[in-house]
Amino acid sequence: AEVEETLKRIQAHKGVIATMVINAEGIPVRTTLDNSTTVQYAGLLHQLTVKARSTVRDIDPQNDLTFLRIRSKKHEIMIAPDKEYLLIVIQNPCE
Amino acid sequence: VGHTEIFPLVFTTKTQEIFDCRVLEDVTEENCFKLIKKQDIIQDLKTRAAISDFHPVKKVVLEYPGEELLVVFDAKFQYGQNFYLVASEEAKENLLKPPETTEEKEEEKEEENGEATLEVHPYKPPVHKPWVSLGSEKEVEEESVKATVAKIKYMISRIRRKFGAPITFTDKNASHVKDSYVECTSYQDKAFSIRMLEKNVGIQMVPKVREASTQTKWTYPKNAATQYFPRQLSNEEKEESLSSEKLKEFFTSVHLRMEIALQQNEIMNAFFDDWKALAEDESTSGGKPDVYLKAYQSFTDLLYLKDRTISCVCWHPTIYGIIAVSAGDQFYYEEQVNLSEKSLLQQSVILFWSFFDPIHPQLMLECPEDIYCFQFSPSDPNIIAGGCINGQVVLWDISQHEEKLQNAKTDDDAMKMTAVNTVNASVLNVLQYNRMPGPSLMQVQDSSTEPPLVRYCAVSSIQYSHKTPVTDIYWLPDYSEDNQRGATFENRAGVRVQLVTCSPDSSILFWDIPATKVLEQPSSEKMREEEIFDMPLDVPDTLNHLDLCWKPLIKINLCESDTNTEYSPVRISLRELHYHYKTSEKVQSLNTLEVPAKESPYTEMSTPSSKNLKALQNISTSFFVGTEVSENNRLPKKMLIQDIQKTEPLNNRKYAQKYTTHTEIINTLQRSPFFKDIVLSIGGRNFAIWKEGVTTGPILQSSCSAGRYTAGQWSLTRPGVFFIGRDDGNIDIWDLLKKTYEPSHFQNISESRITFISPCTASRMLTHLAVSDDLGVLHVLEICQTLSEALRNEHANILDYFEREVKYLKYCEKEFQEYQ
Repeated sequence: AEVEETLKRIQAHKGVIATMVINAEGIPVRTTLDNSTTVQYAGLLHQLTVKARSTVRDIDPQNDLTFLRIRSKKHEIMIAPDKEYLLIVIQNPCE
Repeated sequence: VGHTEIFPLVFTTKTQEIFDCRVLEDVTEENCFKLIKKQDIIQDLKTRAAISDFHPVKKVVLEYPGEELLVVFDAKFQYGQNFYLVASEEAKENLLKPPETTEEKEEEKEEENGEATLEVHPYKPPVHKPWVSLGSEKEVEEESVKATVAKIKYMISRIRRKFGAPITFTDKNASHVKDSYVECTSYQDKAFSIRMLEKNVGIQMVPKVREASTQTKWTYPKNAATQYFPRQLSNEEKEESLSSEKLKEFFTSVHLRMEIALQQNEIMNAFFDDWKALAEDESTSGGKPDVYLKAYQSFTDLLYLKDRTISCVCWHPTIYGIIAVSAGDQFYYEEQVNLSEKSLLQQSVILFWSFFDPIHPQLMLECPEDIYCFQFSPSDPNIIAGGCINGQVVLWDISQHEEKLQNAKTDDDAMKMTAVNTVNASVLNVLQYNRMPGPSLMQVQDSSTEPPLVRYCAVSSIQYSHKTPVTDIYWLPDYSEDNQRGATFENRAGVRVQLVTCSPDSSILFWDIPATKVLEQPSSEKMREEEIFDMPLDVPDTLNHLDLCWKPLIKINLCESDTNTEYSPVRISLRELHYHYKTSEKVQSLNTLEVPAKESPYTEMSTPSSKNLKALQNISTSFFVGTEVSENNRLPKKMLIQDIQKTEPLNNRKYAQKYTTHTEIINTLQRSPFFKDIVLSIGGRNFAIWKEGVTTGPILQSSCSAGRYTAGQWSLTRPGVFFIGRDDGNIDIWDLLKKTYEPSHFQNISESRITFISPCTASRMLTHLAVSDDLGVLHVLEICQTLSEALRNEHANILDYFEREVKYLKYCEKEFQEYQ
């Protein structure tokens, strides 16, 4: 229930297009998009997160990745990684 | 010569004379033997010494034992000379005797010596003869080894006791004892020294070849496993993980970061490039262009458009450069259209022009009457629907000519030939369709320059059509379909099948092109063919079933029962009018279902069962209608705009709002392509911009202008620009960002009244504008860059402007109410 609430709150933000929760293996657990798009996003972003995390830790093993933001022309993809899960939010910034 | 007893001799003639062995006299071939005494030869030898012929054989002669020597005449030169001397008695005897006994054999075997002839004789065992010494024993004696010296014998002995005595051996170094050995050391001999000046040494260059080998593990990428489907969790697993503790912890730790990030984006755009934004507003460099609308091409046809006006212009949605115009009669709007006044001589056509050929129209669509307005079907640009002056709706199918239109070029040879003009007689025959089967259009005849004529394939039935000219016709959007009850349903097939028409007889009709699944197919078709008409062979029978029996689906009567006013709609503007023209790409529609085969979508489509269709609740079915109002059947020409909710049942139509802004008949009612709720209406001497939902009045209303506005269109590329055509042939260009009280620019296009403006919707040609005028000329203009390229924030600015106006209106109304 709390989980639901948090997700709803995040989704209600201005400009949010989609929200996804991915598990550690890249399999989507919870999503607001259709299946094929979700699967595509999950696969790609999971790999990217793993790569980013390994980059950060290679440079400094004491460090770890906390947040990843990809800004593109059309929208912004925000990824919050954790030990087992990944929260992905796609937002259309202000304009 | 090998025979030791034979000695060849040369006898000179002198010798021959002496010894009486003259050739061919004394001695002949047969008688070749001559015995010569030895004494005579010796005598000769003495006398003549060296010059004697016997000199070479002197020794032989002297040693000869016998008395007489045989000399044989050698006629054949067997032994090399002409005579030969036989040196032994035996041989003499052999030679002499055997010739006497065996003459035949002697001729054959003359070359053989006496020994050979012996073999011929019967075999006599060899007779033991005493050995004759020939001197060989002397040689033997010389060679043999004999003891010449007597051998001396010595005997040496030793005393017996010295034998076998024990003895000891010792080693001694030879160098210790003097003179125990003699060595011959080498020394440099001074007498002998050769200095080596140059030495030739042979060298062989051999590449050093070394064989070596290593073994490596060659790793190449090989698919250990291939995954074809993305892994997905089943629903239970998802539920499980959703309710797990770990997820809760995850969210508690993560959500704050996410919200911060989201808020950051909301607050400001960190990547906004001010510098770039500054530049774009000034991008209209170069000042004002001289000509805003450049003339690109103009089309007119002397044959069909003589003294005719163009009532409607439509671009072909997919094929580049094709534009269609419909011809109509020149009449003024105030006059009522009378069928009988229409010129019967001229055939009503819709002409297709191509940019590549400004003189000859590409295609002609035959119309039963003058067409007032027509539209291409967005789902299949080969279907064209038109509304006639007499109230009927006509459908054409030009799929046969699609390829030709696509390849329209300027050469006349490429144009196919037309059929016989079968229509002239039947212009009046609206009711009886006597179709004469004409020759097929597909036959290529020789080059006349008539464009091919396409007959319509379906016409609506007379009773159910409008009674007055059809003034506006639209295809309904492809995702909604109405059924007879008026509710809107999803259109599964994605194929446009519904039309809406309006006409001043105060009705709005919704037409449906149903599927052609007739239950009894073969027999009914035959029957129909026989009883009614035969279609000419060349007309496609896509919509055969509709012909003449086509009825509208829904009819909306715009009458207000209480005030008894009848509203005569002239123009309609539907809200959800998204025209997705289907090109080869897939159209992204809300309902992504498979589209049926495109060959003839109308024949193969099956009627969707209404059970499965969702009733679309949230599609707004309200639309604007611009009308002519008649109160109590008079026609005082009050123009109103109405907002009609269609979801109400047919009888209780609620007219949301009516506005009277225009003084004359509305000729244009168009939604802005950028804002779905902004509508432009043009009529008479002014125009107005309305926003749906704002009920107090128009957002913008222009002041009365000197001339009449006769046509208008929003620009497709710039949100705040629209074009208005006037009756003096000018086009006013209004730019809402620059001035809202007067046009920003105007330009004269033709001398006569502008009848229709149509911007091109095809993506390649968004800068083209088609303008038609009252003389039947179609001008295609190119919009200059400043007018066609949208400014950076124009959309936002225009939106702002409209909102400001709306606020102002509200404020005004509030003030007004307060005042009251």
